[in-house]
Amino acid sequence: MDTDSIHSGYSHHSNRSRGSNKQSERSSRDRHKSHSRDSSSRSDKNVTISASSAPPQQPDQGSAPTDAQDDNWGETTTAVTGTSDHSLSQEDLAGFGKETDGPVEKLNCIRFLPLALTLLLGLLVLVTPLSFLVLPQVVWPERLQACGTACEGLFLSLAFKLLILLLAGWALFVRPTRASLPRIAVFRALLGLLTLLLLLSYWLFFGVRILDSQEENYHGIVQFAVSLVDALLFIHYLAVVLLEIRHLQPCFSLCVVRSTDGETHHYNLGQLSIQRAALVILEHYYKDFSVHNPALLTAAKSRAAKHLAGLKVYNVDGAGSDAATAQSRAKIAAAARQRDTSHNELYYEEAEHDRRVRKRKARLVVAVEEAFTHVRRLQEEEKKKPPGDEMDPREAAQAIFPSMARALQKYLRTTRQQHCHSMDSIQAHLAFCITNNMTPKAFLESYLMAGPTLQYGRECWQTRQWTLVSEASVTSPLHHGSEFQLKSSDFSLVVTSKAIPHLKLSEEYVHPKSHKFVLQLQSETSV
Amino acid sequence: MSFIPGQPVTAVVQRIEIQKLREGDNLILGFSIGGGIDQDACQNPFSEDKADKGIYVTRVSKGGPAEVAGLRIGDKIMQVNGWDMTMVTHDQARKRLTKKKEDVVRLLITRKSLEETVRQSMMQH
Repeated sequence: MDTDSIHSGYSHHSNRSRGSNKQSERSSRDRHKSHSRDSSSRSDKNVTISASSAPPQQPDQGSAPTDAQDDNWGETTTAVTGTSDHSLSQEDLAGFGKETDGPVEKLNCIRFLPLALTLLLGLLVLVTPLSFLVLPQVVWPERLQACGTACEGLFLSLAFKLLILLLAGWALFVRPTRASLPRIAVFRALLGLLTLLLLLSYWLFFGVRILDSQEENYHGIVQFAVSLVDALLFIHYLAVVLLEIRHLQPCFSLCVVRSTDGETHHYNLGQLSIQRAALVILEHYYKDFSVHNPALLTAAKSRAAKHLAGLKVYNVDGAGSDAATAQSRAKIAAAARQRDTSHNELYYEEAEHDRRVRKRKARLVVAVEEAFTHVRRLQEEEKKKPPGDEMDPREAAQAIFPSMARALQKYLRTTRQQHCHSMDSIQAHLAFCITNNMTPKAFLESYLMAGPTLQYGRECWQTRQWTLVSEASVTSPLHHGSEFQLKSSDFSLVVTSKAIPHLKLSEEYVHPKSHKFVLQLQSETSV
Repeated sequence: MSFIPGQPVTAVVQRIEIQKLREGDNLILGFSIGGGIDQDACQNPFSEDKADKGIYVTRVSKGGPAEVAGLRIGDKIMQVNGWDMTMVTHDQARKRLTKKKEDVVRLLITRKSLEETVRQSMMQH
């Protein structure tokens, strides 16, 4: 049982990727290649927004185009770039650190190994009963007893059962793999082994009892084959129950917290192993959590840096044995005293920031509303007249975009979202809104609120490679109080699980005629 | 003034005799009553024990026969002319007090201050 299963877990049936290393290498290479086609770079230093018509650069340099090619985008230069043409953005530097040596061609093979094994097993399952039927006819046809209608009925049922088995197997097993898990999926491996065992034992019996002794009772042989198909159908039933149904009933409530900004969500899951639970959580992560914005976190970091930056500890009395702890204690005490004024700064800074954001937002809303009034859908009757200035949605979007570009860019800068939205994506979104008759408010919604990661373009889908950090083995089932972490390059998700308590419901019967009321009187009589 | 169901009720009472005053066709006593076993005892402002469903004097008109006789607001009426008033409905109480054939009503009333007085006088001895 290992304590820290990060990149571990190999076995013969390791039908999952050999390591997330390969994935990262591949994705970083993708990033290199597509970087030039990419419309924005994510670093804090390079805020270049370039149009997609930039010429592709050499992939190994990974340099970013340093000027904006489209002048319509707000101001002319938004970039503060490096001084040379070969400037690297931060993400490229991060990508270099993750590259490891290893053959790239193995990557694809390992990913498709489980599918290959499944198909092989399926082929075996198809061939075995048919061969049981065909082999006696081929090897000793003259000695076989002819069997009449009973056999024909059995042939029919065998054919249909085999067809159903193949369809069900296709539905359950032949699916694109959602993810590569660090260790093998225990249930799938068990089921594969069980099927193999069954087939082997049937072949053994067939070989010994039927082939060797050249059994003449063909009816018996056909029944033998039909019993195999029945057993396989029951194994498939077991597969459905184990893989799909068992984890439907919720037993645990998982609390997922993002480490950088503390955003929390809760999910109810059934009995799953830790790696499968991690998979489910990640699938929910992309649609529930708002997109991770590192630019918003720099403010907190700079404040923390300012607290301790101004303090230097000098040891006046000479070196003592507890110098280190004394120093740290002195620092903390001094910092605590200094904290009296920094909260004031924070308060006014935040108030100022809010005011600025609201002002920019007001300008943006007005600009967008005005821009939308210039565009109108062409009515049916007008289409028959000679075309004046007809435009398709993309052209219409490009036409009204300049009037709102400046306000939008300023707003994105203030809320530090400018790296998530490229000019192309904004224009595409505008064309989409115009096509679907959306209001300006609907268009703006995706910029005013930080949406889930799904909403943004591919360049924000940075992490498709996650590391599962857990003290218990990742194939062990969830239990109350189990904790694990899902680390990605910039942040990590900390997951704790709690068991849903056993609920006790009791009933209380209320007779429909039992609702009676009296008046409460308060009379006063004078006598 | 609280009672235990099933046990006899003991209280220090004062005897008050009121002469009815003739006003036109009616004989009036000059006070108002509240309470009764069919009323809501919780809303009685004069009772100590809010479960007490006895008849209480809620208002005494100035200069009327009741005030002259010494009846005070908040008094609990225990008997009227020998009839018990601790377990009657509001209407029964009204009827007992307004019998046209009687000119005089003799009430036994109790109030908290009576007990105090008795205790003080007993302590003095």
